[in-house]
Amino acid sequence: MNTNEKKSLLHNDGFQTLLASLICIALGLLVGYIVLICINPSEANAAMIAILKNFLYFPRPEVALEYFGSTLVKTAPLLMCTLSVLFAYKVGLFNIGASGQYTVGAGLALYLALAWQMPWYVCLIAAMIGGGLLGAAVGALKAYRNVNEVIASIMFNWISLYTINTLLTKVKESSTTYTGALRTNNPSAIIPSLGLSSLFSGNRYVTIAIPLAILFAILVWFVMSKTKLGYELKATGFNKNAAKYAGMKEKKNIILTMFISGCLAGLGAGFLYLSGIEQWTCAQTSVPGMGFNGIAAAFLGGLHPIGSILSAFFIQHVTSGGSYVNKMVYASQISDLILAIIIYFCSFVFIFKHLMNRRIQERLTMANAKRGGE
Amino acid sequence: MSLLIQYTLIYASVLFLVALGGCFSEHSGVINLGLEGVMVMGALGGALVMKYMSGLAALPMMIMVVLGSIVFGMIFSLFLAIAAINFKADQTLVGTAMNMLATAAATVFVKALNMMHDPNNVSSTIQYIKQKKAISVHLGGFELNWFMVIAILALAASVVILYRTRFGLRLMACGEHPQAADSVGINVYKMRYAGVLISGLLGGLGGIAYITAGVSEWKFENGVAGFGFLALAVMIFGQWKPVNIALAALLFGLLRALSNVYTGFHGLVALGLPSTLYNMLPYIISLLVLAIASTNSRAPKAEGIPYDKGQR
Repeated sequence: MNTNEKKSLLHNDGFQTLLASLICIALGLLVGYIVLICINPSEANAAMIAILKNFLYFPRPEVALEYFGSTLVKTAPLLMCTLSVLFAYKVGLFNIGASGQYTVGAGLALYLALAWQMPWYVCLIAAMIGGGLLGAAVGALKAYRNVNEVIASIMFNWISLYTINTLLTKVKESSTTYTGALRTNNPSAIIPSLGLSSLFSGNRYVTIAIPLAILFAILVWFVMSKTKLGYELKATGFNKNAAKYAGMKEKKNIILTMFISGCLAGLGAGFLYLSGIEQWTCAQTSVPGMGFNGIAAAFLGGLHPIGSILSAFFIQHVTSGGSYVNKMVYASQISDLILAIIIYFCSFVFIFKHLMNRRIQERLTMANAKRGGE
Repeated sequence: MSLLIQYTLIYASVLFLVALGGCFSEHSGVINLGLEGVMVMGALGGALVMKYMSGLAALPMMIMVVLGSIVFGMIFSLFLAIAAINFKADQTLVGTAMNMLATAAATVFVKALNMMHDPNNVSSTIQYIKQKKAISVHLGGFELNWFMVIAILALAASVVILYRTRFGLRLMACGEHPQAADSVGINVYKMRYAGVLISGLLGGLGGIAYITAGVSEWKFENGVAGFGFLALAVMIFGQWKPVNIALAALLFGLLRALSNVYTGFHGLVALGLPSTLYNMLPYIISLLVLAIASTNSRAPKAEGIPYDKGQR
């Protein structure tokens, strides 16, 4: 039979996902562009180009390279949050609490670094465990008390924010609301660069966190698709009762999933704050957006760990690009708006793929019918 | 003490309105996690009316503010309705996208407006000090507002509509067993649209009630600080029943009010607890409450499942 036709590019699941994601991005950018035009038609082009160019905004290549490094530094935590959301989603749980777990990770990492002068790896592990435990708490509530994980996560997001703000107030600079800078207070808490920074015009925030995050993406892919644990977790996600019937401990699996998911988000926070690029604002009144952007990246990446690497970079690219728009005309939140629209369209991906497959199927049957008539 | 009661009533009416919105949506079978976003949009609609129709007298002002927030809330809830009902999208994902969308869109929009009037004003704040007077009612020593009256009316109306009218019973049937409802000639899609639109209406009202509670300007960058989700917790605690939701809203309203006014109570101040604890209190209690209330959940059976005519 016509095997060639069946294996055509359009039929390939990976290609469909990529196509769907690209359409989402195009639609998101289009709507964003329309919004820009509505606000001020004469500046819209420049603003859109600024968002899309991000670090290329700087004409000198070495400066652009340095800012490219900064975008990558922020991509690493976003990738971790993406993996966190993705991992939970594969098991049928929606981890909207990645932001809260990220907050706890940031809090513990910075507190250990500044108050107890711990080296970077201890801080990183603490961030991981802290995020993981918060995730496990959500998982336990879900497994034993049937609490909707989305609502529980949101509550934990706010509780973590207030707790971490209180905790980090103890190690903040006396004159500002920022936590003390790691470089002056405890250089040993900064993740080593191992020469990576020289690749990015000496951008000192570029550390091994970036390759580590990519390693974690590969690790998540490996665990999900090649191990017994991944299989069990996915089975629990598909059908809790069937998994139970097959002898899997479904409650343990839910908690374990949320623990791992939380660990990933916590590590992400460690990757950002232990690079020294940002200090925590103790007067922060909103939960960090990293976890929410992680949701966007996870779905845009077609819920695949390797796809997430690309989508996380794209989303960070657009988010960073938002800061280059002309602030006298537009708000930098325009990039948040574009991302939100992209996520909204991502929810249509399923139906889009469904329609595409049906078209292909119809064409195939028609071709077959013709052949039969010959 | 009177301040505590006042704030409790204000916050309770906000939570009740929004939770009731969630209740209608879920009874029709659609989980509205975008209530937070609906609130932001409703707040924006009402705030814009107050900003641009500041010349109105008290009563027309009140009516226009309510209309503005309702229209914005309902239009925004269409985002959920179209995606979840027509396109069978993942309702959690759509809700999350809506929450992000509402805050980002409101911020971008308000900043653009502010900059248009005054190029140096890059804030996302709308002020309504004078206009707010139209909404508040002075009764004895209390400063109450019209949204409490609306909340009480909404309670009465929802009890009648849900349990005493053909529409309400059909709506609930669509959330329990849509296939069965369809088999007796109820248009499930239409009913779900109605449920989501009602949640947009009530959520939008809740949004404007929230941003006029105790403050006279609002910074749209902050959204509504998780209040939409608190309302969902109230709804679950109230077991999807209007009267129980009202009682739950009173409890949560009290907790939320405490964080505003606890400094006025010598006993509480003497405890020496950090102020952040009072900020966290509603969220902590709601977790506890959810842990207790969720095991024997009376949630609509078919909520969150897209309706597919061909499915058995």
